[in-house]
Formats: sequence, structure tokens, C-alpha cells
Amino acid sequence: MSTDLAPAPALHDCRDAWVATMIDLAEADDRIVVVVNDSLGSSKLGPFAERFDDRIVNVGIAEQNMVGVGAGLANGGKVPFVSAASCFLTARAMEQIKVDAAYSQHHVVLVGQSPGMAYGELGPTHHSIEDLAWLRAIPGLTVIVPSDPAETGQALRWAAQHDGPVFIRVSRMGVPDVNLPGYEFVPGKAVTLREGGDVTLVATGTVVARALGAADLLAAEGVSARVLSMPTIKPIDADALVAAARETRGIVTVEEALTSGLGGAVAEVVVRRAPVAMRMVGVPDVFAPTGSVEWLLEYFGITAAGVAEAARELL
Amino acid sequence: MTVEEDLVPEVDPAAVPVDTLTVLGRVPDGASREVVVGHLKEAARLVRRRDIQMVRAAGLGHVGGEFSVIDILVTLYLHTMDTGPDRVADPDRDRLILSKGHAAAALYTTLAMAGLLPADELRGFMQPLSQLNGHPANTKVAAVEASTGPLGHGLPVAVGTAFAGAMDGSSRRTFVVVGDGELQEGSNWEALMTVGNHRLAHLCVVVDRNRLQQGARVADTNDLEPLADKLRAFGLEVVEVDGHDHGALADAFAAVPAASGKPTAVIAHTFKGHPISFMSDKVAWHHKVPSAEQVAQALAELEAP
Repeated sequence: MSTDLAPAPALHDCRDAWVATMIDLAEADDRIVVVVNDSLGSSKLGPFAERFDDRIVNVGIAEQNMVGVGAGLANGGKVPFVSAASCFLTARAMEQIKVDAAYSQHHVVLVGQSPGMAYGELGPTHHSIEDLAWLRAIPGLTVIVPSDPAETGQALRWAAQHDGPVFIRVSRMGVPDVNLPGYEFVPGKAVTLREGGDVTLVATGTVVARALGAADLLAAEGVSARVLSMPTIKPIDADALVAAARETRGIVTVEEALTSGLGGAVAEVVVRRAPVAMRMVGVPDVFAPTGSVEWLLEYFGITAAGVAEAARELL
Repeated sequence: MTVEEDLVPEVDPAAVPVDTLTVLGRVPDGASREVVVGHLKEAARLVRRRDIQMVRAAGLGHVGGEFSVIDILVTLYLHTMDTGPDRVADPDRDRLILSKGHAAAALYTTLAMAGLLPADELRGFMQPLSQLNGHPANTKVAAVEASTGPLGHGLPVAVGTAFAGAMDGSSRRTFVVVGDGELQEGSNWEALMTVGNHRLAHLCVVVDRNRLQQGARVADTNDLEPLADKLRAFGLEVVEVDGHDHGALADAFAAVPAASGKPTAVIAHTFKGHPISFMSDKVAWHHKVPSAEQVAQALAELEAP
């Protein structure tokens, strides 16, 4: 039976895990501060603000200043979480991310809210599908794309104690739990969600569940698909990819981003160490048409059926 | 010569090899104003001598903007700021962020003059694998507070350090030195809104107002005037000084934080290439590298009076 016919799982807004985690972190460590660009509401930070109003720096609608201020707070001994809509945080403040956070090796956590195509109908100006390709090009910056609430919270906790720059996507699009109870996020490590020997599906973030759905569709046809969740885009788990390349007949990447994000990162590993046929499911080299995020994911074939079809091409 | 002036080392410029720097260190505590000014003036003279030789040796650099900012940097590091070689990691040290990072050689040389960087390292300026990059990096030189180079970065970072100090109830101060041409970058004005609105009184923005940018006069490119009025309108206490007058600079910096509770802006009126006759106030000397003859002439002009 495919998951398409199973009862719909509960979907979660990962921002709820984000704010709950930030309250825990701030209670435990008075160095934790949050920097926003009038984005308290869109970051769902209301409950944090009620508790820690004096730990919020709201610079207004000024992203370059926002990221620079984050770096300065780190210089001053704070642990800043800079939280804003991913599209503005990354594109508007790219040079500050490069120089003030990454080149300066500051402990700054950049939190890209509502990434991918979460703002659907608002259009490509508000989509953040380029972020993974852009940010994985920056040396020393860890890039994390959590797939569910548990992974979101754990990635934030790791970033709070990692003395270096980190970018974390926090999804608003509803996602099911994909990791098992007791799951522990390990930076730079893939998570094997499904063993398989015919083909490998490597997915990240909001669309990991769709890769699992594809594996179900393929299983019904007698195809054994390995499913790797790849929460860390940089540094990527090269060993897991090389093993997949050697042990299965091909790799399909799945992401809510331009395929130069996860897809490009995976291709760079396998072309050097274990060349294997690949397909990349994600947003192609276009600006999206108007539509909701769910509609756009269907439109671009970032669905269980779309991933399964890509996998069949490799068999 | 008074007894106090004896605190300023006598240096015979002809006896100083071209690739060394006589390190004077900070102005002694409790020094008279005459000694303060004499010490800073001599330090700035030696820093300029070393700086132009570094640029000549590297075949690269921004000597014009370095000579406009050196008196500001020397005054801050040798007199104003509460910092020192044993306090580079002290959370409560005063901080200086050189936003006009292209004046890196001036920063490195001043850090060496203050004992914050071994003077021997100046020989490596821009050499392969040197820590002394053409623009300063906080990861390469411990006393460098912020990596700068692309313009418009220092002020937002300074806002962050000032916020951190305010959150901790610390009296430490943050000085950020910006070029005037640099103020064409919008990020500065984003940051200045924050500075004024949050009354970050322990932040001091120092404008190296040399009126020239890389390609032309600032006024002929995208004018800043009325600069003082603009900064006042953003909520800053504005002081205008001769940026080559060490006493005036020291007084302006000593007044931070201002009694008004506002953040401070010091508009330091300077000349690019000061005080070299053939460089001063010349657009061409943004990143021109002096010939051996020009270095010799500059060094002659920088000999002790």
C-alpha cells in the first residue's frame, strides 16, 4: 500500500519547535540573543518576546545591518540567532553573511524562516530557493535543512554550542514527523530512513516525506529504494553518498530548492569519488509561476510520484 | 625641552632602517597634555614612515587614505582606548573597528606601535601566507576586531558590539572609523538609524572626512553634505575637529560617552595623503604606489622637525 492511500499524518509548522527551543536555550544560557528585522511575528517569536524582551534586537527592515549587528554581538560575547524570512536574510545580506559571519568565523546562527517556496502565491520575490546553492559556496558556513520539528530543535541546539557560523532553514510549510522517536541529529551525517539496494533517494528538509512516499511506490513495484535524509547540506556526508553510489544503481536528489543546492552538492561528491547516474528533483532553472506551495511542488514534480518516476529512469 | 617631553623617545630617522618600527607604546598614564600631544605626533610620524615603506615593498596599498586616518588611529590606540597587549581577549576592552579596511597598513602599523602586533610582522604585509592581508581579518590578527574591506560593514558590526556592551551594563566603548566616501553605502544609514534610536551612547562613529574617494571628490560623485546635520538628525552628538590635530582628536574621543546620553559622531577633517606635499588632497593617491624617489621624498618630509 502506498502512503498516498494511508491516513494523512499530522503536519507540523517547524517554527513552533524553533520558538520552544529558543526559549529553552535562552533560559539555560544568558548569552543567547535574537536579532530580527521586524520579523518577530513571521518568526513566531511572540512567546520568546514575552519572556526575554531584553534579549531581542529588532533593527527594523534592514537586513544588512541585521547580519552585521549579529556579528558584532558575537564579538561582544553574545550568541546571536539572526532570524528573518530566508529570502531577505540570504539575498539582501549575502555579503554580510560572507564577510561578517563566515569569513570572520563568528558564532552567528542565521535562521532562514519560511524558506523554499513556503510563501507560494506571494511569488518568486519571496521564495528562497537559491539559498542552498548560494550558501554552500561559502567556506566554513554550516548549512542545515531540518526535515521535521525534532530535527529543527536539535539542529538549533547544536548550533547554539557550535563555535562557528551556521545557517538553518526553519519551515512553515506543514511537514510530518519523518525521524523516529529518539532521533539524534549529527551534523554532517546522513540519516538512513529506509534501507534499499536498487536505487537511492537523497532528500532534504520539507520534502523528505515525499522521498519516503516514493520509496513506498517503488516498493509496490518490487524496487528497493534506499532513502537518505540529508539534513546537513554543508559539510555533506560524502561517505554515505559514495556508499550509495557503489551499492545502488543511481541517486535521485529531492529538495525544495534549485537543484544546484542538494543536487549540485551530491553531484560534486559522486563525480569525483564514485560516478553514478543521477536525477535531480527540485526547482529547475526558472522563476516559479503563481501558485500555492503545495501546487508549486506538484507543478515541479517534487512529489512522491515525481521522485518515483525519476528513480525508474535509473533502473 | 621640558622634563616631561623627555618621555618621548628621541629617534634619529636616518638611523632607523627602512623595515623596522620604533615602538613607542601607549602614552604614559597621567602625562601632561604637552607630553600626550608630543607622543602622539611622534608616533604618527613613525607610523607614516613605516606605512609608506610597507606599501612600496608590497607594491600595493592605499597610502592616501592611510595617511588621512593615521592620526585618528594613533590617538585612539595610544591614548583614548582602554585596551592593551594583555587585554586583547578581555570582554571589557574598548574596541576599534576600522570600517575603511583598505587602510589596513595604517591599522597594522598602529597596532604595532601600540604593542598589539609584533613589529617584525609588518615585513610580511601582503606577502604570500602572511597574516597581514591587504584588508584586515579578525581571524588572522588577534587585535583586529572585525574583518573589513567591502565598504559599509564596520558600522553595523560596531552597533552589535555596542549592543552587547549595553546588555551587559558595561562602560566599554566602541569606536568605528568610516571613510566619508564609504558613507555612500546604504548599510551605514541602516546602522545609524539603530544607533540613534537606541541611544547607543558608548558608540563613537569617527568619519575620516578627507573628501576624496577612489575616483573623484566625494562632492562630485554623490555628495554627503550637510553631513553634520544628517548625523544630528539621526540622533548623534556631532563634533567636528581637525583630524590631524592630536589634541583635538584626544579631546573629542575623551568626551565619549557624551553627557547628553547620545551616541557620538566625530567628523575628523583630514587630507588624503597628509602631510606629504605631492600626495596631500590628491585623488590620484587612493591606491597609487609611490616610486622609490617618491618614498625618499616622503621620508625626507617626515623627518623629525
